[in-house]
Amino acid sequence: MSGLLIDNISMRFDLPNGGSVQALKNVTLDIKSGELLSVLGPSGCGKTTLLNIVAGFLAPTEGQVVVNAHAVKGPGPERGMVFQQGALFEWMTVRENVSFGPDMKKMPRNKSVKIVDRLLEVVGLQDFKDKAVYELSGGMQQRVALARCLANEPDVILMDEPLGALDALTREKMQSLVLDLWKETGKTIILITHSVEEALLLGERLLVMAPRPGRIHKEYRLPFAEMGVGADLRAVKKHPDYAKTREEILAMIWEMEEEIMGRTEESA
Amino acid sequence: MTGLILLAVYIAIFAVSMVIVAWATKQFFTRADFTSLKTVTFGDESAVNANRVASVISVLAIFALWVAFTNSSLPLFKAKGPFEGMVEFTYTATLPDGRSDDASVSILVYPEDIQLTVDANGVAGKIPEKLKVDLGDGFAKNDTLVIPRYGSKLISVFQNDEFKKSDGAIVTHLNGQALEPGEQILLSEGRLALTEKGTPFFEPSTGFRMARLYLPAPEVTTNRFLQLNREGYRNFTLLEHTWASLQRVLLGFIFGALVGIPLGYAMGLTNWARGWFDPIVEFMRPVPPLALIPLMIIWFGIGETSKVILLFLAALWIMAIAARSGVSGVAIAKVHAAYSLGAKKSQILRKVIIPNSLPEIFTGARVAMGVCWGTVVAAELVAAEKGLGMMIMVAAKFQLTDIVIVGIILIGVIGFAIDIGIRKLEGWLVPWKGKV
Repeated sequence: MSGLLIDNISMRFDLPNGGSVQALKNVTLDIKSGELLSVLGPSGCGKTTLLNIVAGFLAPTEGQVVVNAHAVKGPGPERGMVFQQGALFEWMTVRENVSFGPDMKKMPRNKSVKIVDRLLEVVGLQDFKDKAVYELSGGMQQRVALARCLANEPDVILMDEPLGALDALTREKMQSLVLDLWKETGKTIILITHSVEEALLLGERLLVMAPRPGRIHKEYRLPFAEMGVGADLRAVKKHPDYAKTREEILAMIWEMEEEIMGRTEESA
Repeated sequence: MTGLILLAVYIAIFAVSMVIVAWATKQFFTRADFTSLKTVTFGDESAVNANRVASVISVLAIFALWVAFTNSSLPLFKAKGPFEGMVEFTYTATLPDGRSDDASVSILVYPEDIQLTVDANGVAGKIPEKLKVDLGDGFAKNDTLVIPRYGSKLISVFQNDEFKKSDGAIVTHLNGQALEPGEQILLSEGRLALTEKGTPFFEPSTGFRMARLYLPAPEVTTNRFLQLNREGYRNFTLLEHTWASLQRVLLGFIFGALVGIPLGYAMGLTNWARGWFDPIVEFMRPVPPLALIPLMIIWFGIGETSKVILLFLAALWIMAIAARSGVSGVAIAKVHAAYSLGAKKSQILRKVIIPNSLPEIFTGARVAMGVCWGTVVAAELVAAEKGLGMMIMVAAKFQLTDIVIVGIILIGVIGFAIDIGIRKLEGWLVPWKGKV
């Protein structure tokens, strides 16, 4: 296994009115194999742009992303992606969705069936194999999306607010699942989220980004992800350091949001 | 006038049956499903379902009105019919010297469609002969004549009299009532008048029913349908006419879909194709296919080719636009997910874009089939030897309204059946439509 290097990336794009937006500026990040990284920041800080660059959907104007010693030129199966919602294929059953990656590689049927069966058991959907995805609840759909991503055996899993559309209870269950899967599979995971709590729980390493231009503002090393594996997440949240770090980050983000508001008012 | 009465009766049936059915439903059925427990139904579209009782009554009401306002022999409620039978009145002819004489006019009013009907023995009806009447005495002689229902006639009463109009004879009384030219008497049998020139004129009352020429009775239409089924029309059976139309529609639609769908995909997937075909598609889309008929005939003649090409063009743009919007409708997350799972372009097309565009394609197919079916009937009005459109066009020239109506009903039923068929196919192939 190898890591992922984000090498001095800048992203600037022109607007139709002649202006331009600096979405990211000089972002450098070295992510080790098996690391669980959560990225947090106010809206407009370029975190989704960063993820899209890593996934290969966008090309940076400067810098490069290196995965397994190869520069990223476009999307590829070694970087799996889990979206917030609406990325499942409604015309396929749960099983067909999960085996999409193996099927694209023309993996023999008997081999892919084993992988799919095992993963559906891991995410607790073994009884829903032949259901249509639109018959499942939102939480179940996200579990299918996770299993689909894992079935393709990616080295890095990119998650773009994967739990954002779920209700609070389902979300907590899914957070436990993500932690367990991380520990079990040892994959590198980059998770983007709006929720400070989620970033704390699901980040060995937590990155706070600042907007205009998008850049890394502060980095934390946190123990909560390790603590949360196989444990009750509510117990983790009671940890004194947890509350302290949460307040610190919240204050930081509030400050940034206020600053953005102030700047908008000035320019207006 | 009849039209307004018809409309009033129709609205009355609508309202009265609504009240009755609502009352009966309340009396005899108590439902407690979720929808019927809603207190807000006006404005909540999901609480509105088609009341199937209303649908049945609606169809029955049209049938009942059809019977009531035509000269149907079915024993149902009938509106007042046209006068038929014998009517007799007298006229008084007066000479310049003051002499006057009375004579009678006997009029037999016969069914206007008598030649189209057959009696119990299968003998076709004939226009009845004039009655023989005694000429009577005096200088004015008794007259007799026949008039069809819904008809009218000037009565040349002096024709057999001893004094003609040139002798200065004039009609002063009708039925013993003094009448100036231009005045009229209303009898229960019809309208009796003197024209401005003083000639008696009789118009039998028409009642509220429509003549066979305008609207044949249901049983006449049904019999015509059975007869067409048995004997065919213009050298082809009814089935052959129907199949001829359906075949053109299917051919045109299939070719249109075969070309239009890939065209739409190309427009949805590449800049060059979108730029290239955009002006053509946007220009051709609003041109009604009927406007192309003359050009198709000039280019491809009056045979099958021009008709199929016309339908092909009718379907082409609709299918191209449907496929294009099907591609635009793909959530980018799905495409990104597929690329991240290692799919290549051809796999994206087959596994993501085509299935994702199916709901749009089916919507387009329903519209295209509707347009094609409407266009084929019009296309057949020009130089076709078979087809439902040709059948109603030729029948209309011979004033065979019943064939026209049989054709219209068939066209409607088949169009409806096609739409239901596509919807069923859609439910089977695109079960996720509307559930995402």
